[in-house]
Amino acid sequence: MKILDHAERADIFNEDEKRVDWHDETLWWIRQKRDKSAHQIPEWENLRNAASAIKSNTLSNLHDYLLEFEKNALKNGIIIHWAVDAKEHNEIVHRLLKEKGINKMVKSKSMLTEECHLNEYLEQNGIEVIDSDLGERIVQLAKEPPSHIVLPCIHKKKEEIGELFHEHLGTPKGNADPQTLTEAARVHLRDTFLTRRAALTGVNFAVAETGEIVICTNEGNADMGAHLADIHIACMGIEKIIPKREHLSVFLRLLARSATGQPITTYSSHFAKPRDGKELHIILVDNGRTRQLGREEFRNSLKCIRCGACMNTCPVYRRSGGHSYHNAISGPIGAILAPNLDMKQYADLPFASTLCGSCSNVCPVKIDIHDQLYKWRQVLVKEGYATTAKEIAMKTMATTLSSPTLYKIAGKAARTTLKYAPLIINNKFNAWYLQREMPKVPKSSFGEWYKINRKNNE
Amino acid sequence: MKVALFIPCYVDQFYPQVAIATLELLENLGIDVTYPSSQTCCGQPMANSGFEHLTGGCNSLFVKNFSGFDYIVAPSGSCVLHIREHLHDENEPELAKHIAATTYELTSFLTDILKVDVLKSSFPHKVGMHQSCHGQRGLKLSQMTELNAPDFSKPGQLLNLVKDIELVELDRKDECCGFGGTFCVAEETVSVKMGKDRVKDHAKHHVEYITGVDLSCLMHMEGILNRQQSPIKIIHIAEILNGVKA
Amino acid sequence: MNSRDQILAAVKANQPELTLLPQLDSFFQGQETALIEKFTQVLTGIGGKVTVVADTTEIISLLKANYSLDQIRVISPLSTMQEIAINAIDNRHPHELQNVELAILPAHFAVAENGACWLSEAMLLDRVLPFITQHLILIVNKIDILPTMHHAYEKIGNEHYGYGTFIAGPSKTADIEQSLVLGAHGARSLWVFLI
Repeated sequence: MKILDHAERADIFNEDEKRVDWHDETLWWIRQKRDKSAHQIPEWENLRNAASAIKSNTLSNLHDYLLEFEKNALKNGIIIHWAVDAKEHNEIVHRLLKEKGINKMVKSKSMLTEECHLNEYLEQNGIEVIDSDLGERIVQLAKEPPSHIVLPCIHKKKEEIGELFHEHLGTPKGNADPQTLTEAARVHLRDTFLTRRAALTGVNFAVAETGEIVICTNEGNADMGAHLADIHIACMGIEKIIPKREHLSVFLRLLARSATGQPITTYSSHFAKPRDGKELHIILVDNGRTRQLGREEFRNSLKCIRCGACMNTCPVYRRSGGHSYHNAISGPIGAILAPNLDMKQYADLPFASTLCGSCSNVCPVKIDIHDQLYKWRQVLVKEGYATTAKEIAMKTMATTLSSPTLYKIAGKAARTTLKYAPLIINNKFNAWYLQREMPKVPKSSFGEWYKINRKNNE
Repeated sequence: MKVALFIPCYVDQFYPQVAIATLELLENLGIDVTYPSSQTCCGQPMANSGFEHLTGGCNSLFVKNFSGFDYIVAPSGSCVLHIREHLHDENEPELAKHIAATTYELTSFLTDILKVDVLKSSFPHKVGMHQSCHGQRGLKLSQMTELNAPDFSKPGQLLNLVKDIELVELDRKDECCGFGGTFCVAEETVSVKMGKDRVKDHAKHHVEYITGVDLSCLMHMEGILNRQQSPIKIIHIAEILNGVKA
Repeated sequence: MNSRDQILAAVKANQPELTLLPQLDSFFQGQETALIEKFTQVLTGIGGKVTVVADTTEIISLLKANYSLDQIRVISPLSTMQEIAINAIDNRHPHELQNVELAILPAHFAVAENGACWLSEAMLLDRVLPFITQHLILIVNKIDILPTMHHAYEKIGNEHYGYGTFIAGPSKTADIEQSLVLGAHGARSLWVFLI
């Protein structure tokens, strides 16, 4: 089966233009909240510089920091696991649950587990997973992946959520009041928290110096899960390490402000030791990260702290929806991370951008996202992931533009055709003409005009 | 001061009046301007599509055409950004580097090199300024709303020298129009939607003209405006600064 | 080679040349001085409530006026709250805290720039308490309001806690069409008393 590419999925998303407007405006509103919040901090740009420099240092010394983190975490009584890929990560989680005879688990948000498709894997192995972040629970009930890393169900209308909750949680039919629906989820998930012996969470930051991990939520779901379970499994990519505890100040100042415009998330919880008599496991996952670390042009993508600001500001994302990226992480950052995982499957994503550069400007760790999109395009074409038609067109164009004579002939031919036989160009096979008029044809090119009007310079 | 005029290929073919306005504007400021007639294109259409390796021909042609000048000036932020960031020539590496560094987008050449502070032109119309991304975020022609940094605008500074012009403030001051090179056809739906939304912002503020430093963006929005049979017209900033002939 | 060694070897082979860590000193300068006002403004803005009080007696009377304390389960580790709260729980079964209506906890310090209060395990009775309680009361000394997170981590230093958390406001979500709803999974309300 052919996987639909970004443009095809964007076409589907755009069938309902009013909905696109709503999606665009909602995310633009969050971008504006981010601006307001960031502009209140005079040292904002210095904070971004500092965050970027801390992450540069982390990546340049990651080997030693991982060892330091491991040593300190072990000293704190945390159990450390290493997984080279998604498969091994999923197997470790499954094994830990099996050893304890657990077949039901509550999970808070972890984009890594989305990347590894953990839920599907565990379900195939007879383990029930309930996502506890409200947005994630909603998309889980709808059997959809999240469309945004911070706002998983930003693509869903409240009426649709009301319908889902009516079906699954027994809320009154036709009730789409966010307050009522959230309350229903609170009651439903409180019962889940109280009855699950295992809780899985993501990790926002892991501090090498102390061996502690920090998890940020607004809902309190990571804490509710972890503090009530016998076993807390925290999954993290190896790039989540930061060198020192004091560096948390920089990242916690930037994270929520960039994400939603809040000054900080409601909860920023630091887990240094397991609860008395309970277990805390941390799984350190590679899954392509060391490969990306070795790609000089793309390694900065590993600085990402998953705030989602690049999605909110991206004019394409806002009008194509998160699912158009067909990857766990959507938007501009997803488009530079995904080709590292699978060039063939995600060859379309670096082209799903106008290279406007807004993403790089909002990025709290100053990843050169739009430059990396440009660079991925070069890599993907060289690796043979461009269509033959495109390759022929580009070669023809390059030949024409390398020759002043051919260029003049082609230019004149194009103008003549447009003027005297516009239907050759203005038809449904011309994507420009579908919703746009072609430019009007002038009497002559500037080159032709110049030859007549500035004779002396010739 | 010897200046070479670099006219992007699609401007040469479809918008000669903009090239003429640029030429006249510079000539009227007393600059010795030459248009090297063998120029074609900067190579950006291929490069942005992932075919930068095919731009060698364009690069050496560019170096050949534009050597021997103090500055190279173009009425386009996008093409200039491409030259600044990507022009190279294996046979003439230093020369290519020098050419790239002395290639200027028109408005920044006027404000930074010529330090223009008086203009004779008048444009008694309501105008919306489109911030083209490559000029704004790439060449830093004006401050970007994402950053917490002081406001400035080189094109805005020049437009403010034009008599009787009324510049409007848009809801979204610097959102991309969706042109994006081959993006405009490869992602036709999103490209057009972005363009429609940009045009709507200008229309909401009752502009008569949309101006900007890049005709690629303006051409895209013009295509949409004309399809909508909108009375709003596009005009390149060079035409306003030079004074439009009635 | 096991996975650990395989990953570490790959990291070592692929990591770039060492770069320096930045200095953070400049972030301590030129910060807010009206700390109580700033803290109150920020925390109120994110759904919390702040009251400046003279002493714990005043807190007790305010709580009495706002909650039917004799009808609800109130937990606090503070001896000063003994009149209205119980200070013993069974840590082996944190689940039984599910019917706690009010938890009154001390915070080490608060942060003006973002309305956050720092709590650590030693003062919590149980880690889940500030989350499972329906309503959360935090008590902070007025003099312990710090300007920014940089000052906060300077104060935390290399303290050895098992668990610590910044709490800024009540639990909340905006996952449904970006409509803000207070009381997601954690406490429905947060009331901070500054003494």
